[in-house]
Amino acid sequence: MNKFIRVDMTTKKVEIQEVPEKYVGLGGRGLTSNFVNDEVKPTCHPLGKNNKIIFAPGMLSGTSAPNSGRISVGSKSPLTGTIKESNAGGTFSQKMAKMGIKALVIEGMPAEDEFYILKITMDGVTIEEAPKEILGGCGNYKAIELLNNKYGEKVGIALAGPAGEHRLPTANISFKDPDSNMRSAGRGGLGAVLGSKKVKALVIDDTGAPGVPIAEPEKFREASKVFAKALLDHPVSGQALAAYGTDVLVNILNEAGGLPAINFTKGRIDWNENIAGETLNATIKERGGEGKVSHGCHAGCVIRCSQWYPDKQGKLITSGFEYETIWGLGADAGIKDLDDIAYIDRAMDDIGIDSIETAVAVATAMEGGLLPWGDGKAVLEAVKEVAIPTPLGRLIGSGTTVVGKACGLFRVPVVKDQGIPAYDPRPIKGIGLTYATTTMGADHTAGYCISGNILKVGGNIDPLKKDGQIEYARAMQIGTAAVDSTGMCLFVYFGIADNPAGYQALIDMINAQYGINLTANDVDELGKSVLKVERAFNKAAGFTNAHDRLPEFFEYEPCPPHNEVWDFTPEEIDEVYNF
Amino acid sequence: MKIEVRLFATLRENRGKVLTMEFEEGSTAKEVITQLNIPIEEAAILLINGKHEALDYQLIDHDVVSIFPPVGGG
Repeated sequence: MNKFIRVDMTTKKVEIQEVPEKYVGLGGRGLTSNFVNDEVKPTCHPLGKNNKIIFAPGMLSGTSAPNSGRISVGSKSPLTGTIKESNAGGTFSQKMAKMGIKALVIEGMPAEDEFYILKITMDGVTIEEAPKEILGGCGNYKAIELLNNKYGEKVGIALAGPAGEHRLPTANISFKDPDSNMRSAGRGGLGAVLGSKKVKALVIDDTGAPGVPIAEPEKFREASKVFAKALLDHPVSGQALAAYGTDVLVNILNEAGGLPAINFTKGRIDWNENIAGETLNATIKERGGEGKVSHGCHAGCVIRCSQWYPDKQGKLITSGFEYETIWGLGADAGIKDLDDIAYIDRAMDDIGIDSIETAVAVATAMEGGLLPWGDGKAVLEAVKEVAIPTPLGRLIGSGTTVVGKACGLFRVPVVKDQGIPAYDPRPIKGIGLTYATTTMGADHTAGYCISGNILKVGGNIDPLKKDGQIEYARAMQIGTAAVDSTGMCLFVYFGIADNPAGYQALIDMINAQYGINLTANDVDELGKSVLKVERAFNKAAGFTNAHDRLPEFFEYEPCPPHNEVWDFTPEEIDEVYNF
Repeated sequence: MKIEVRLFATLRENRGKVLTMEFEEGSTAKEVITQLNIPIEEAAILLINGKHEALDYQLIDHDVVSIFPPVGGG
């Protein structure tokens, strides 16, 4: 990959440069975080002219490596004020990589109130006026259809929805998937950054792309085969995720007493079967029609955790119907009807808002009396107001912290202003350390300690005890930062965590592609260096160890049924980043 | 003694969701799994009263045993 593209929205100039020496060996999160730390003023306003946003495929994206099609987006986050990397599936990453584009950066901002489209082809990048019909409240489903009509069915699309146009902190960036549905770089409000730069969409056409050169093709093929086998042989990545999707976690977390419910006041519900993965799977099969139990979010995905969830007539409601969304609306906000949740999920995709932040904000709004508990119809209407936006829509679209403040609450489940996702940190202590310390604000994917604490993959740690959690949270964050740099879906972890040959195959693919000789130790060092760079940015932006803490209520409100409180000391928490 | 057994995901096939089973005093969690004809490697996650326990856990009256096959998400 030899092109480094800069688009200046102030001057409307596009520069296609050689990849700076420093970034040659980097990809995905490693590249986006280094770039943001190098070039973005840490104290800048995320929606001002000094912020920049960078799109980068992973190191293995565009190759035949299974599950390597993730795109990383980096910037300073309007939600958290920290550095942010958010990644997604879809078709964009593989097209960028095949075209030899290492990264695309958008900087500056136009003075005029016009939205633009960046069209990326082998000839370069053009800045075009956005068609009026995709602006001003046009949903993402319709916008993708219109852009497909204009630019061709095969183009890749990255899109700021209505929420991004309104520069709301829950706005995501939606990436077109192989079926013209959406996958989202969800967390941290990066859609608002795109909106602030007046970029409605990026459209990428890879016609004439040369493809990704492989230094040692035979070695690559061998390693790729071993890697695919590791994924397919493991019962989780090979079978379970395809059958039940991520929503299978509802029942496990519920049984383990760590399913946060009714705005984090308890860890278990009695309506779990209404929203569980087993029910999701049975409903899709029973309804038939357009429903699909398993579906991949990008070409080359062998895990296929996504699905198409149909209505009673068999027509698609939503795809990529994830545990986090279903937990947030179903358990935390108490909506007991899976169809209600599916329609809200569709609306969130259509408006372009993070389904985790929105769901946590909705539950907080319920506690604050802005919405009735468990009322799916009321939530659907409120979420649709984000697209207009009404004052209530702006409030919900601003995320959990803002809703909590507006309602005068102390029970506001956030770290660094990002909503805490679907695992209670009191009875699952390892994940609490990740929430507290990750550079991203509360984010389970930054160091998925659920794996060893609850699922018993890659470790066996008692979730109710502190023993071993600090080391585990540290190791998981380091490993994740490395995987996020490869373009790999994080779920490959399940296939390789307990399979050294599978892990080696991942490294072998990178070595064969670039003709280098990384060792497992080098990969570990890469992960550490990414975290250090991200932490340096946050420090320069004003963050200290005092921000690496969970909300205080976790320390004094026991979480039933285990009645645990959060009991790591500040000194213990700070040990996580002692490397 | 009476034990409540909860099964999940593929383990429900031909077995049901929730079963009430009778066991002798001193029986272990492993005996529950064996009696249900679940291969040990398929009982990947074993919770007793919401806590992770080993196969040799000695059951007491009214224990709730939750058994999951290997599953993941996130």
